[in-house]
Amino acid sequence: MTVTDDQGQAPGSPALTELPEDVEIATEEGKRLASLLQDSERHARKLLEVKNLSTHFFTADGTVHAVDDVSFELDYGETLGLVGESGCGKSVTALSLTRLVPDPPGKIVAGEILFDGVNVMKLSSNEMRLLRGKRIGFIFQDPMTSLNPTLTVGYQITESARIHMGLSRKAADDRAAELLSKVGIPRAKDRMRDYPHQFSGGMRQRVMIAIALACDPMLLLADEPTTALDVTIQAQILELIRSLSEEFGTAVILITHDLGIAAGMCNRVNVMYAGRIVETGKVDDLFEKPQMPYAWGLLDSLPRLDEIKGERLRTIEGLPPDLIDPGAECRFSPRCPYARDVCREGEPELSERAEAGHLARCFGTEPGGWIQ
Amino acid sequence: MATRTQTLATGKLGERKTTGLWRDAFGRLIKNRLAIVGGLIVLLFAFIAVFGPLIAPYSYREQDVAAVAANGNRPLGAFSEGHLLGTDKLGRDLLSRLMDGAQISMTVALVVQIVVLGIGIPVGALAGWFGGRIDNFLMRITDVVYAFPDLLFIIILSVAFKETWFGRALDGLLLVFIAIGLVAWITMARLVRGQILSLKETEFVEAARAIGVSDRKIVMRHLLPNGIGPVIVAVTLGIPGAILAEATLAFIGIGANVPRASWGSLIDDGRAYVRADSHLAIFPAIAVALALLSFTFLGDGLRDALDPKLKGKQ
Amino acid sequence: MVGYIVRRVLWIIPVLLVVSLITFTLMKATPGGPWDREKPLTRQVIANLNAKYGLDDPLPVQYVRWLVGWPTDDGFQRGLLLGDLGPSYRFPDRSVNDILSDSIGPTLQLGVMAFLLSVVVGIPLGVIAALRQNRIADYVATFISVLGISTPSFVAATLLVVIFSIGLGWFPTGGWRGPEYWVLPTLALALAPIASIARYTRASMLEVTRKDYVRTAQSKGLRERSIVVIHMIRNALIPVVTILGPILAFLVTGSFIIELLFSVPGIGRFYVQAIAQRDYGLIMAMTMLYAAVIALLNMVVDILYAYIDPRIRYS
Repeated sequence: MTVTDDQGQAPGSPALTELPEDVEIATEEGKRLASLLQDSERHARKLLEVKNLSTHFFTADGTVHAVDDVSFELDYGETLGLVGESGCGKSVTALSLTRLVPDPPGKIVAGEILFDGVNVMKLSSNEMRLLRGKRIGFIFQDPMTSLNPTLTVGYQITESARIHMGLSRKAADDRAAELLSKVGIPRAKDRMRDYPHQFSGGMRQRVMIAIALACDPMLLLADEPTTALDVTIQAQILELIRSLSEEFGTAVILITHDLGIAAGMCNRVNVMYAGRIVETGKVDDLFEKPQMPYAWGLLDSLPRLDEIKGERLRTIEGLPPDLIDPGAECRFSPRCPYARDVCREGEPELSERAEAGHLARCFGTEPGGWIQ
Repeated sequence: MATRTQTLATGKLGERKTTGLWRDAFGRLIKNRLAIVGGLIVLLFAFIAVFGPLIAPYSYREQDVAAVAANGNRPLGAFSEGHLLGTDKLGRDLLSRLMDGAQISMTVALVVQIVVLGIGIPVGALAGWFGGRIDNFLMRITDVVYAFPDLLFIIILSVAFKETWFGRALDGLLLVFIAIGLVAWITMARLVRGQILSLKETEFVEAARAIGVSDRKIVMRHLLPNGIGPVIVAVTLGIPGAILAEATLAFIGIGANVPRASWGSLIDDGRAYVRADSHLAIFPAIAVALALLSFTFLGDGLRDALDPKLKGKQ
Repeated sequence: MVGYIVRRVLWIIPVLLVVSLITFTLMKATPGGPWDREKPLTRQVIANLNAKYGLDDPLPVQYVRWLVGWPTDDGFQRGLLLGDLGPSYRFPDRSVNDILSDSIGPTLQLGVMAFLLSVVVGIPLGVIAALRQNRIADYVATFISVLGISTPSFVAATLLVVIFSIGLGWFPTGGWRGPEYWVLPTLALALAPIASIARYTRASMLEVTRKDYVRTAQSKGLRERSIVVIHMIRNALIPVVTILGPILAFLVTGSFIIELLFSVPGIGRFYVQAIAQRDYGLIMAMTMLYAAVIALLNMVVDILYAYIDPRIRYS
């Protein structure tokens, strides 16, 4: 959190001790949560501990294993990248963290999610609301459709502030105007009364950021925040997210398919493929010495300025697998140029590599393996 | 670098099977029970419409005066001997007259939709494909005609021509078809125009153009198959409106000529007897309701089947 | 938006002009004259009547006279736009204005009541059906909708009378002498609109449920009720406004059938009689009246729609 005075409150920020009045605390975990929310301290070792998370979608065609046994950790204030192709499960993972997976047809079938020490899975859905917005902010991909067209921008920002922080109308409006100008919208006070359609795409995304940060959350989930924007705007938005998270000490999970973005923004990166994490590590380690053929393929496929003109772009052959009945083999093996029989018999575990905290899921690159 | 693509196993880590648009749609339609029931009833009505005169126990104008006299000059009730649904005051068998009504309604449904398609598709396609001034002109015309309340227009058209040869053709039905059709084609034209407009700008049409496919081929091979779904739905869902309009006209006396037994006129006749012989009004009412419902369910089912994105449950 | 409103208002003029032209032409094109009776009148009488009503004048003159007015030998004969709805050809000693002015009250009342009922019942029905999809409330709402689409107003009227009036004796079969007389006619007229509005609202709500901004609202930790009311219903109702136009048109044109069936002393019964008796003057006048009312109501609805959707209001 931000610098606090000796009463545990950040100077200038309103007292974060209010809880929405009408939330029923029904479970034990809920009671714990309620008392944790009374202050702005850190209550656990890590901000986020995800253990064996599995989220499946039950459809007419079968059960889609969108997220399968995913585990990772996130430190307070850290920026983690969740990288992978479309359909690899990164968005579903983020939605699972706040239990926003559409149900039906989706369901979190297994796993534990500890947020600031609170077991999110044990909360009632009502209690879950206490976390959303207040401690966890979400930035969605498409700013054109993620804002309510019939409500003013100012209202949409103050909504969560008023509910989670119990601010009066005036205080909430002031805070919203402050946030708007902080995210780079000129003439914030006037623009509060405007509607989303009166803003451009990049500005709308800034509004989304303002909404996500309205209650000073501990975690920001950014799901492909720049994919729908122009390249020039992308850089601005990313810079905004970076500087704000630094300023407020907010942890960020940045979901993207763009490796360049991950490289520029994150401390650590999780690479996901077919619903599993296949490599994880500090961003430098991963980019310099990737330990998984998929990661190589990704890095390799990036066009480089110093390439010989006229050479073909490199791709990873094949298509991502159907997640309805994944089977026991290594999920990347059909496309992997280095695959051997052992890869098709069983799936490798995430195992440590040379650097601390650098894990990869590949038989071949394990110490003693056939890929060097 | 990467070696030759390895063949993908189907099933486990392979790709999902895909099927064609129509097969998918048909599969969805079959699963929709209401639509199937609706479809069956529609078929039943169609059957009656075609074979009615052959299978009906009596002619729609045949009067069994003796039976009525024997019944104290009152219409026979349902389940009377020889008359499953009873008769009216003149001894005309209600079941047979209902079947005549079915024929009228089904004919209205068919002919009106033919008129609608015949005018609506060309107008809409022209407007949509060529755009610009042609589009503007055609749309202005449709806007103005559209502003005339449907029922009123149909009524005054019918009143105006009732006494002419034209109005007497086909027991007065020709006038009914034309009147209803003239009002109904506009929605179809707008729909087709909209379809063509939106499909015209899609990337696959651009791609086809880029390869050099001729305009006509583009319309026939690409636009029509994709655009035809909503047209089918609109036709099916437009039928209840036509049946309703005809029934309303008959009810106020300017529909098919007597003694044809349009359901609307049966209900009008039956009104006077609603206290003692309510079957005279109730059975035609049920017939109307069944017809409207079955086409609506079928149409809804078609729409859900052809565009599952529109369906509520997904 | 002001431009939009102005254009929308001006649009009524060509519309009504065309309606008047079509109505006039159709009535004049009918074979036979307005004087056909079971007992034919003498040629002399017909000639006199034609002269009196200017039916020998060229058609454009008749049209203008009917629509706007025309100077006559003794003063100025006013037309439709100036408030005179013309003569009745069946009852030459009475003008349409006379015939209608006493009876407009019940018609208006019936229309307003039916409209309010349709909106007040239809919208909540649709919302609940969408929120409780596939559960009891949805089935009830769907059942009512289905009932509404499959029963034309005259059928509904007949059934209602059979069940509630003759059968149960709760309500009278006709007349307009007090509140108990209002129930069945209003219900019969409102049934189809309730069904339409409910279906449309339900479909609209279901679409809104899948919108991204609903997910954003959820991610803010808002109450379920706030999300539904503030985020979903507001957006879902906007498209519903578009069908209010046709609904109002339906209420206007459906009214005369209901009035006939329930002996409501409104203007509707005159319309049906006029049709049956081929009273062209009355038919023309009332058709124009109904059309004008519908055009005006449609205009109001269009303007309302532009107003409530901020994307149009502020563009």
